[in-house]
Amino acid sequence: MRRGLRRTSINESMDLGYATLQVFNGLVNGAFYALLSLGLAVIFGMLRVVNFAHGAFYMLGAFAAYLLQLGLGVGFWPALILAPAAVALIGIVVERLLLRRLYGLDPLYGFLLTFGLTLLIQDGMRVRFGLQGQPYATPAELGGSLSLGAIAYPAYRLFVIAFSLAVCVVVWYAIERTRLGMVVRASIERRDLTRALGISVDRWVTGTFAFGIALAGLAGVLAAPMRNVSPTMGAEPVILTFAVVVIGGMGSIAGAVVAGFAVGVLASLGAIVNPALENILVFALMAVVLLVRPAGLFGSLEAR
Amino acid sequence: MRVFAAIVSVVLIAAACGGGTGGAGVSAGPIKLTDGKLVLAVINDQSAVYAELSGKNAVEAVKMAVEDFKAKYGENVFGGTVEVITADHQNKPDLASSKAQEFYERSNADVIFDVPTSSAALAIAKVANDEKRLYINITAATTDLTGAQCNKYTFHYAYDTYMLAAGTGVWVTQNVGKSWYIIYPNYAFGQDMEKSFRNAITKTGGTIVASDGSPFPNQTGDFSNLLVKAGSLKPQVLGAMQAGGDLVNVVKQYNQFKLKDQNIQLAIGLLFDTDITALGSDAYAGVVYTTPWVWNMDDQARTFADKFLKRTNIRPTFAHAGNYSAAWQYMDAIRRAGTDDPDAVVKQLEGFKFNDFFIRNGYIRPEDHWVQHDALLAQVKPASDVKEKFDYSKVLGTLKAEQVSRPLSETGCQMPK
Repeated sequence: MRRGLRRTSINESMDLGYATLQVFNGLVNGAFYALLSLGLAVIFGMLRVVNFAHGAFYMLGAFAAYLLQLGLGVGFWPALILAPAAVALIGIVVERLLLRRLYGLDPLYGFLLTFGLTLLIQDGMRVRFGLQGQPYATPAELGGSLSLGAIAYPAYRLFVIAFSLAVCVVVWYAIERTRLGMVVRASIERRDLTRALGISVDRWVTGTFAFGIALAGLAGVLAAPMRNVSPTMGAEPVILTFAVVVIGGMGSIAGAVVAGFAVGVLASLGAIVNPALENILVFALMAVVLLVRPAGLFGSLEAR
Repeated sequence: MRVFAAIVSVVLIAAACGGGTGGAGVSAGPIKLTDGKLVLAVINDQSAVYAELSGKNAVEAVKMAVEDFKAKYGENVFGGTVEVITADHQNKPDLASSKAQEFYERSNADVIFDVPTSSAALAIAKVANDEKRLYINITAATTDLTGAQCNKYTFHYAYDTYMLAAGTGVWVTQNVGKSWYIIYPNYAFGQDMEKSFRNAITKTGGTIVASDGSPFPNQTGDFSNLLVKAGSLKPQVLGAMQAGGDLVNVVKQYNQFKLKDQNIQLAIGLLFDTDITALGSDAYAGVVYTTPWVWNMDDQARTFADKFLKRTNIRPTFAHAGNYSAAWQYMDAIRRAGTDDPDAVVKQLEGFKFNDFFIRNGYIRPEDHWVQHDALLAQVKPASDVKEKFDYSKVLGTLKAEQVSRPLSETGCQMPK
């Protein structure tokens, strides 16, 4: 008891810098949640598939970056484009060969298929690479830290926040403000009407799936310099990402991004009080949102 | 002439069998196996976080020990077959417990080896006691196995949290910094590590500024909140008690936050070679840690490591070497006892003093069944000093067996007779 009291007084005496840094940590975590849940939202919106294999594709993105470096000497910057592209190719194969056969069936089939895929991909990688993890260095240009007034923060982490935010804005713009996005949105909201207007919805399906997968791959590349690159690295984050998607609202683009960053920051601030809160808060928040707004913060029940 | 040669060879063989180890009660007659065969079981993690540091290759190590033992004492040394069986406990105590029961009862296992994950190890120790069969723990670290939950049939080989703390905790407090911030995975192993390090550090005159448990399993793989807290607490030493994949994440993020530049030095509670492979040795360079064994510490160790490399394609971790050594010492105890009867073997092991390629100045304490022996203080080399694959560490010195063994007065073990 006495120890607990002493610990709080230490927390209180810590300067504001600690809390500020925690907000940045939260934004970094949020950046990953946002990228991952954005991909999930796009895929769910278009295909009505809950892609459980998202974490596996995230892991493949990190491994693609690692293998590009190991085999071809390709550094971090080219990998930022090449690795997601490679993962997207796998996504195309998966959609064409497997997922395509399940449209129109109960969504549970898609869920089971992607769950099975996750196990296959994870264990396949484990047989080849083992579990312990592979080294991947922070790009030299971002190796230092930037000072923000009184505090310093690793440059690479700031880059992750900025880059992910930029990607989210671009994706949002593409979907909300372009012709292409209009088609996608229309197919998400009223597939039957869109089809009736003479637009071939199915043609866009493969592309959308590949794009969602590429986002997961991109998150994987960003994670490689800060997380252990191992076959199981995607297994746990994907569960948290599902919670984020539920909070944001299934299929909502803006919801995925906003909820991603908000959950990241909130969980990190919770960790100041007690490290264990970091994980618990996400699910507590999900429970509250489900009670108050079952469709999620930005979701509408109609979209289902 | 022929008779003379026969007598000489009989005398020589007798001398070869009896000599060397010098244990008490050397049996003259052939070994009697209670059920006609000897069954050695290895239960460990073969699919998750600890699969690489022990796992399938620990089973290989036990098989190697059996082959080498037969090569030395004759194919038919036990007068029956020797089997090695194995199971994956997936780090789940309930699964470990039911597997152990099945092995002892249905497969007639005479002994169980290895068992990483402290909670699973404690579960098996209980089964061993109920079944009155041996269990020699190698890879689990909890001191409870030789403490409150000790029993007649359980032995603790290789290392425990007390050893790690008495080595690293004391040395780092004396030579690197007195104020510590400890982070540990919040389950049996981590909590025991925190306790052992806290004791060792405060006894040496150090202070613990704060200590925090990280969620286990850590779903995000993110430790940045604890590292940022370390940055604002400004301790001289950050003591990381995480193991395996968690440790790799901590070190990766410790480097990214540049805590070393803020004069916060990293101390690691439990470090395996496989953790270093995952990041490259530069990420750990300069870290001082305690280990029971390093594969290239001397010629004897290297001879084993070469054989092991040929068979498995990797250099052995101390867990692999410990499994070999424990299996060998167990079989040798049977040879001395002349039987595999558990009580007779326990009697042979208790108080036994020995040396092999893994254990130096070994002594099996009858009071709590801790296998005490010398440990090593080692330092991770920068990549530029690494001369061959898996050559990561420089041995700084030897930690005497008594120094790294928990005093008997502190164990709290009531050993049943």
